[in-house]
This record gives sequence, structure tokens and C-alpha cells, in this order.
Amino acid sequence: MLPQNLQAESFAGYPPEARKLVVDNLTVLKKLPLSFLPSMLREVIEYDYKFPAERAAIDREVANLASLSPKDFDLWFQALSRIELSTKLEQVDWVNHPAQFVEQESAYLWSSRQLDAFRTAATEYGSRLAGVSAPEPLPVARLGIGVIGQGVSSYDGQLFRKLRSHGTLFTQIKPEEGLSQLLSAVAARAQGHPAPYGHWYVDGGRLAARLPALTSVSYKALEPVRAALLKRMQNEISRPGMGPEELRSSMARMFPGDLGMDSGGDPVLDRFQVKVLTEGSGTQIFSTTFAQWAARECLRRAQPLTLLVRYAPRQRQKPMNEMLSNDSESAEVDPVGSLIDADMGVYYQWISQQRLPGSERSVFLAWFEGHSQAVLVSPSLPRGSQSSSALSLGELVALATG
Amino acid sequence: MSYTKNTSEAWGGAIGLGATRREFLRSAAHMLMGSTLLAGSPLLRGEATRKKRKVIVVTFGGGARDQETFAPEGQENIPHLMSELIPQSSFFTHVSNQGILGHYVATASLATGVYETLNNFSAVPPEHPTAFEYFRKDLRRPASDAWVVAPSNGFNRIGESNARSYGPGLGARVVLPKHLLSAASQGAAADYDHLLRDNYETPLYTPQLQGGEFELQQLESIMKLSVDDFVAHARTLSSPDELSVYIARRLMKEESPSLLWITMHDMDVAHSGAYSLYIEGIRRTDRLCAELWKAVQAEPEYAGNTTMLILPDFGRDADEDAGGNGFQHHRTGDTASRTTWLMALGAGVREGVVYDSPVESVDLVPTLGAMMGFSASQSQGKPIRELL
Repeated sequence: MLPQNLQAESFAGYPPEARKLVVDNLTVLKKLPLSFLPSMLREVIEYDYKFPAERAAIDREVANLASLSPKDFDLWFQALSRIELSTKLEQVDWVNHPAQFVEQESAYLWSSRQLDAFRTAATEYGSRLAGVSAPEPLPVARLGIGVIGQGVSSYDGQLFRKLRSHGTLFTQIKPEEGLSQLLSAVAARAQGHPAPYGHWYVDGGRLAARLPALTSVSYKALEPVRAALLKRMQNEISRPGMGPEELRSSMARMFPGDLGMDSGGDPVLDRFQVKVLTEGSGTQIFSTTFAQWAARECLRRAQPLTLLVRYAPRQRQKPMNEMLSNDSESAEVDPVGSLIDADMGVYYQWISQQRLPGSERSVFLAWFEGHSQAVLVSPSLPRGSQSSSALSLGELVALATG
Repeated sequence: MSYTKNTSEAWGGAIGLGATRREFLRSAAHMLMGSTLLAGSPLLRGEATRKKRKVIVVTFGGGARDQETFAPEGQENIPHLMSELIPQSSFFTHVSNQGILGHYVATASLATGVYETLNNFSAVPPEHPTAFEYFRKDLRRPASDAWVVAPSNGFNRIGESNARSYGPGLGARVVLPKHLLSAASQGAAADYDHLLRDNYETPLYTPQLQGGEFELQQLESIMKLSVDDFVAHARTLSSPDELSVYIARRLMKEESPSLLWITMHDMDVAHSGAYSLYIEGIRRTDRLCAELWKAVQAEPEYAGNTTMLILPDFGRDADEDAGGNGFQHHRTGDTASRTTWLMALGAGVREGVVYDSPVESVDLVPTLGAMMGFSASQSQGKPIRELL
């Protein structure tokens, strides 16, 4: 099928709000090139389970497409229209399985040496969209916090090397009650600027506190879900004819209920958590990878005003079959390796945060838990500098956000 | 879709890494600029010399970025390359891979000199003739003269293509150390399971082996190793790549192939998202490259007449690319994932020279051809002038 052949009935399998969105905008969707539309539908088909920021972004994008003059429409899509896809791809059920289509399209673009052209065209489209589709101004500067090194008593290496040049390194932080002070500061922001899915706490281990004002995700709480997922993965892989693409597709089709999540939970958050586990590579076996990927996806999708991520020691590397067996009783941890993982993880968290609107005002704090070293990136503080001020973590947050 | 804000300014020093690295290498390792040298080959020439020439190719895989290797902040991860090998080498700072960035297909492309388009996750042969086939057919060399030591995730078919006029019977013999160990240790205690880690990109899937893999019974006849000794030694090693180097050294000692290709893979553990394990893999590969070069000097068949070429199969995604997740994968096709380096050292190679001129990964096979005296007639690449 090609986009121009779309009918309202084509979307009968979509959830209600997603279906309404596409049917209301069918005229413009039919004009989009096949190289582009399925990637848009991959987002739209999840509309009913999207965070508010994602819904708003989709709404703005669709409204913008509908408003383009024929001349502008050609300008926006001329490069994407030049991408040549195979007849085989046209025959894929991309309306109902857009994610699988995008994966196959990606493989085809690689093999037909069109990936670079597609990449350039997609980047151009994204830049144009960002230029005309500005989100609402933020009520408060975005704040990101990364807490690393849980369980590490001493470390000789240099931490925060990549973040230092962007902010101020504090070497005499008072670590006492540091985590609780950070959580209190985050909770206070949530109460002062309430927003659905606007303030998050991700923990790579067990939640240090349950704070109702925050959207909370933890590796420990998802242990039964991970166990169910790993069991299903092992069953899938033992099936004849199973390959990596089939396995990925199978995982992408999993819903919270398939993995034993309570149907009475938050369907949007549950869906997010399952996607972190089914779409992330390594999130099922390493808590540090889980925390990093959850932070990235949280920022990309929910665009929160506040995100605190705390890393915990991951299991030591073992042969893959042992790690997949999820034998937590015998799981030996690797605190120093986890610290190095997390050090890179908080750098990626900062990069992800800087991709979001309002980056010129945003603040980022990374702290070596239980120790006196932290780095603070803020427009109000000098870059590449060092401070020996003896501040508590609470005072540090106040300094950056006050 | 709202994730496309350009924040290049915020990333500051990460951009322009290439130039910084080149300058740093020149000063830190006392390297000369290649462009200042006169043309003219330092290589040993002549048919008699070619017959003695040995070439070892090491892929510094799977997937290493500049910033964890030769960029200033990465050099601490490669102390052996920096202090021991670079001063002896010609170093090419700008090698690009314009093909598909999957480990098997990219390594197959390195071996054929053509950007192959085969399914990365299938155990299928390359479509175009490999360097091993050109070498053996043009120079009438026996099967024992070309060997590949490779990780087992599909690489078992890399020794020979299915190209017309080449193909079965003309390629390299392939040894898959993990496969060998797995076969040798059946039923025994699994205290060497750490050596059987495999296929980080798709950790649950390993294709069924078929074709020209090394048979267990040849362990004793070719490598002069009993199964018990092999398994016992394996227990003293810490990674699959260590096992590969051990096997390569046995091959050098017992079989002395003229063309030996070793594919490293430990660092591809990066796909699990654990940065510390990725760095650990790079450091191990750095050490193993130095050990291998020392072994070359210690083997009479190799000392003085061997050229070793070390290069990553490709890089990994840049931290800044919103389409990827930094070091974890190589999916975006961005510059960081396509751009790597090449180190050549040993017989006929100018020592202590850095070349900035662009080279493509498909240039490797024609260069091997020019060095060894075969014609890579179907390759898309061209010989690297500075190595001729």
C-alpha cells in the first residue's frame, strides 16, 4: 500500500484517540512520502499512551503539516520523496505495524546506500519543524540531577571529566543527608510547579523514598516484570527460525499485561516502563544501563521539568546465558564498574536534557553519592571552574535554581 | 520528533576532534607528517621477497571510537599502541567506512574490498572474492597459507566467497576459537564460560555454524595441542579475544601462514550499555595487539619479514547524535561511526609517520594485493599509495 491509498478504515485497529487523530487529518497524511509516513505513524499509533509533551508535539506537527501550502509542502518533502523504497517494503503492513516497517526500511536504506541521504533529509525536516513549531515556554528552568557511585567507598579516577568543562566542579560538598536533601528539593519543585509527568525520580536500585508528587520508576520494583520478560525472551529464542529481527519485533509487541503488570496501574507509565525494558539494549540485565536508558527516554518523551536519576551497582559481567537467567540470589555486583558506567550515564543525561527546549536556562547537577565531589552546570555559574565552597546538596541546588 | 534541536555549541570540544588528535599524535609520539616525505617505496620488492612476506591483519573490533582510542582523552586506554607500536608505525588518521556498519558485513567488506550488503546476522559467504582467494589463486598458495581467526557470530563463512571463479576451495581456513572451546569442553565444568561470550549486538542469537569451520580433530594435527591442554590453557584466559590471540600464536608457530587475519570482538560488549566494560575491552585489545607484535618478533618465520595492519572495523555513534545512544551502538551512520584509523607496522613500512590523507576501508585488500603480489580485481578500493 502507498499513502495515497489510505482510507479511514485503514486505521480500524488503532486505539480510539490515535484513530481520531489520523482520520481527522487523512487528507494531509495521504500526501506524505512512504519513506516518512510510517515513522510518524509509529508515534501516532501510541498516541493514547503518550505523555502530554509527546501528544502536544504530535498535535503541533500534524497541524503544521496541514497548514503548509503546496509549494512549502514540496519544499519540506522533496528530499524525502527522492528516497527510493522497494516494492517489498510497499507490501509491508506499515499502517498497523509501523515500527516493524521502520526497522525494515532502515535495513533497506543501509543496503541500498541511501542511509546518508535519508539521514540528511530527516535532519532537515526536523530542523524545519523545530523552527515553526515552538512549544509553550517552561514555567521554571529544567533541572536534572544524577547521583552516581552508590556503594563505592573510594575511587582514585577522575570523575565528571566530560561535564567539568561545561560547569563548576565542587570539591568540598557536605555529603551528609545529601540524597534526602535532593529528593526534598525535587519534591518541592513538583509541588511548586505541578504538571502531569513533569517531575521524575528514576532509581537503578530500590527507591530511597516514595514521594507521591513524583513519577517514580525503579529497577528493583520492575524485578518481576524483568523476570517475566527474560523468561519470554528465552522461550522465543528457542523457537525454530527465530532471529534477531524477529526477536526484536516480538519484544516490541509486548504489553504491560503480557509481563504480569497489574491492569489497575497507570497505563501510560506502565507502557513507558515496558518499553524501556523491551526496546533498550542491556536494560534487562544491567541496572546502570536501565537507569541511563530510562533517563534518556524520560527526557526525550516526557520532557520533564525535573529528573533525578540515581544509579545503583549493577551485576558483574558474566556469560550472557547466566545474566539472562536472572538469578538474583547469586548476583555479584561491580560497584566501581558501575560508577564508571554511571559517570558516562550522567553525561548522556545532560546531553539529552540540552536537546530539549529551554536548554539555555536548564541546570544540571551530578554528585558522587556519599562523597564531597559534585559538578554543577548552570547558566549562572562559570564553565570549567572549580570551587571549594563547603555546601550541602540542598544548598547547591538552591544556588543553581534560586 | 521534537528532538532535533541543534545544540552543537553546547558540546564544545567534542567537535573538531580529528585535527586535535592528529596534532597530538605528532607531538606525543614524535611522529612525522606524511606529506613531508618524498615519494618512493621503502618496501622490499621483488618476487623472491614477496614469497617470504607475511602479512597479519588485526581488526581492532568490534567498533571503537576515536575518543576512546587515539583522541587525546582516549589515549590512556591504549598505552601499548601509543608507546610501543605507534612509534614503529605508519599511522593513517582518516579511514572511512561507507558500508553497512554491522560487524560481520563490515569485516566481510574489509576482507573483499567491496562494500558487501549481506545480512549481518546470517552465516552467509561474502558475494565478492576475499583477499584470501585472490592471494591463494593468483599466487598458487596452499590452504594452509591463509588463515582467519574470528569470533563465532557468523564469521565462519568469511574465509571464502561464493563469487564465480573463486569461492569454495580457494579461501582461507577459518578457526573459531569459541566454537572450538565449546566443542572441546562438552560435558566438562563450565569454568571457562566467560570465554564463550558472544554476539553482543544480538546477545540471544547465534547462527548455526556450517561450512569451513575448523574441526576439533585438527586441534592436535595442526596446532599440536591436545584437547586437554587446550581446555586447561583456556581456563587461564580472561576473554574471548585472549583465546583468539592464543590460537593465532599457535597457528603462527605450527602453520606459519603468510596471510593471517585476526578479528577481535571483546569491546562490542558496549551494546550492553556498560561503558566500563567497553573501555575494559579496548584496553585488553590494546594489550593483545602488543603481545601479538612481540610474538611476531619471537617467531623466526615472521621476525623481520612481517607487516601487521591494525584497524577498527568501524567506530560507534557520537555522543551528540540524537539518533543513537553514544558509544552503545553503531546505528546512525554518522561521522563518528564511519571514521576510524589504520596502523601499519613492520616490513616495508615507514616508522613514525602520520598520514592525514583519506583512506577507505575497502582500500585494505588492494593494498594487501600490492604488498603480496596479487590482483584484487573486483575490489572497489585502491592501494594505499603511502604503503607501496
